[in-house]
Amino acid sequence: MPEVLKAPLVVEFPFTRSLGPVQSAFLTGLRERVVLGVRASDGRVLVPPVEYDPVTAEEIRDLVEIAPTGTVTTWAWNHAPRRGQPLTTPFAWALVRLDGADTALLHALDAPGPDAVRTGMRVRVRWAEERTGAITDIACFEPYDGEAPRLTGATGEFEDPVTGIVAAARLDYTYSPGRAQTAYIDALGGRRTVGERCPSCRKVYVPPRGACPTCGVATDEQVEVGPRGTVTTFCIVNIKAKNLDIEVPYVYAHIALDGAGLALHGRIGGIPYDEVRMGLRVEPVWTEGARYPDHYRPTGEPDADYDTYKELL
Amino acid sequence: MTSAPRDREIAVVAFAQTAHRRTSEELSEVEMLMPVLHEVLDRTGLKTADIDFTCSGSSDYLAGRAFSFTLALDGVGAWPPISESHVEMDGAWALYEAWTKLLTGDADTALVYSYGKSSPGPVRDVLTRQLDPYYVAPLWPDSVALAALQAQALIDAGDTDEPALAAVATRNREAASANPHAQLKGAVAQGDYLVRPLRTGDCPPIGDGAAAVILAAGDRARELCARPAWIRGIDHRIEAHGLGVRDLTDSPSTRLAAERAGAFERPVDTAELHAPFTAQEIVLRKALRLDDGVHVNPSGGALAANPIMAAGLIRLGEAAARIHRGESDRALAHATSGPCLQQNLVAVLEGEPR
Repeated sequence: MPEVLKAPLVVEFPFTRSLGPVQSAFLTGLRERVVLGVRASDGRVLVPPVEYDPVTAEEIRDLVEIAPTGTVTTWAWNHAPRRGQPLTTPFAWALVRLDGADTALLHALDAPGPDAVRTGMRVRVRWAEERTGAITDIACFEPYDGEAPRLTGATGEFEDPVTGIVAAARLDYTYSPGRAQTAYIDALGGRRTVGERCPSCRKVYVPPRGACPTCGVATDEQVEVGPRGTVTTFCIVNIKAKNLDIEVPYVYAHIALDGAGLALHGRIGGIPYDEVRMGLRVEPVWTEGARYPDHYRPTGEPDADYDTYKELL
Repeated sequence: MTSAPRDREIAVVAFAQTAHRRTSEELSEVEMLMPVLHEVLDRTGLKTADIDFTCSGSSDYLAGRAFSFTLALDGVGAWPPISESHVEMDGAWALYEAWTKLLTGDADTALVYSYGKSSPGPVRDVLTRQLDPYYVAPLWPDSVALAALQAQALIDAGDTDEPALAAVATRNREAASANPHAQLKGAVAQGDYLVRPLRTGDCPPIGDGAAAVILAAGDRARELCARPAWIRGIDHRIEAHGLGVRDLTDSPSTRLAAERAGAFERPVDTAELHAPFTAQEIVLRKALRLDDGVHVNPSGGALAANPIMAAGLIRLGEAAARIHRGESDRALAHATSGPCLQQNLVAVLEGEPR
């Protein structure tokens, strides 16, 4: 069996999220070097603050300023920081209960090594130099033995409050399409189209995915189909897609390649768009260095009889 | 809704799983899954057309593609049309949905399957995407780091220490020696710290795998299986998503789910616990009041094979299979999801008296 194909696959989104009133006050506060908590109905002060009471589910809005100093409630030494984490040098993950809060905040703690960290140690916020109203406005925590600084008197009302965040996310995968699709793509490299026949219903699937969705069994008998085929149905595209240099209108069609048990789709060229019809016989057109047919054009044969492709519509 | 008899009995009648491996890149997800579906159907003699309801569990973030579960449906044979559902969670929660479906009386048989390929992506980073997106996910705390915070909290509380964690790892992986499907088994070195206090030995292997079970109701279950594993109770509970709000040394959600599932009514002889990290077994044993007389993770548990999205369903399947084989009369199965045991499902399974 030839080696399966592999390729990098990057999934990346700049998630844009709007903030509720409490989140907005908290993150705007960080921008202004102020930490705010929210008082829950049982009197506890929650930091980071939430908008609904974790016990009663009532909406809560009672913001309380708390100190940027606190105590480590638990920690873990991270000797190999990963992409996106707050520090690039080894650091401790820590849950920190800030002075005046009853719950703990997760962040990084900058310390020389694991021996310098312990549960119960005193720490303070190290502010990021550039702050935008995000949890990363806290660069990290750092060891601190001094007094808690005086509170600023912030109420949660700020000028120009932050109302949303953009949370970038990127994950890097190595994608493999598996055995059946690898064989299909490899064959296309030689300008051939291969499908797989279901051992039960005998239908030939193009492109193959290794399973017959009707019978729920593995397909493994490889069958070469085409190169010619029949247009089974089509539509006329009148709106140009972004970044697509194909003149409109053009025809997008379902094409049943000879020998295939179902139609695949492709663009029809080499014929005026309003002359494309069901039953039109077509063949693939390859461009230099292409990995799949650029489009299909008429072969000049007589149209196929409806009965020969009616099951493939 | 159709009214169902209140005492409708539902059982796991068959279970199958893949050999779990570090990578299965030569196979697409449906190619990996299909042999398991065939195996579980063969065990009952059922065909896909005989199944009244199908429910699956998987994650697009593992696959790196949207609606990835729709491709796996090719392995079920979704033509002619079937009654199907999906949860973006571990298959244990798909089983819960199927169980409720059978309780309504709308279906007598259900196929539940789940699968996950962790090999294509950086799974520690992928799992950060399930965290609170405002305060936590932007810091990218990976799954091992969060489990390590929980482990340190337990050590500080005096509930465990590093040698005790190592003993949990050893016991599970020795038990896995008898499990042909396990990925990591026998004597495995505790290794270096991954995120202190957790060493590589305290963490689950990363791998690919799939599992499937068949559920059936009442007499249908008796026809399909010599000794059905009757689900006496099943419940799942969730805790606050803020890690700093929770007491990480305890799992009240597990305890409550177990209580609602009837786990404390009579002792169990077996417990399959979904504890991917050693320290989590300490938390679960305490929450579930399991003493040394209970056979915990005879399969080796998630420390021996942790195909994400299938590992919880496998706990239910392994517990049921022990009842099928007559090795257990009353077993508890547990599945978890989210960081530091955030969500927990508990089921109690019983075989008929012998």
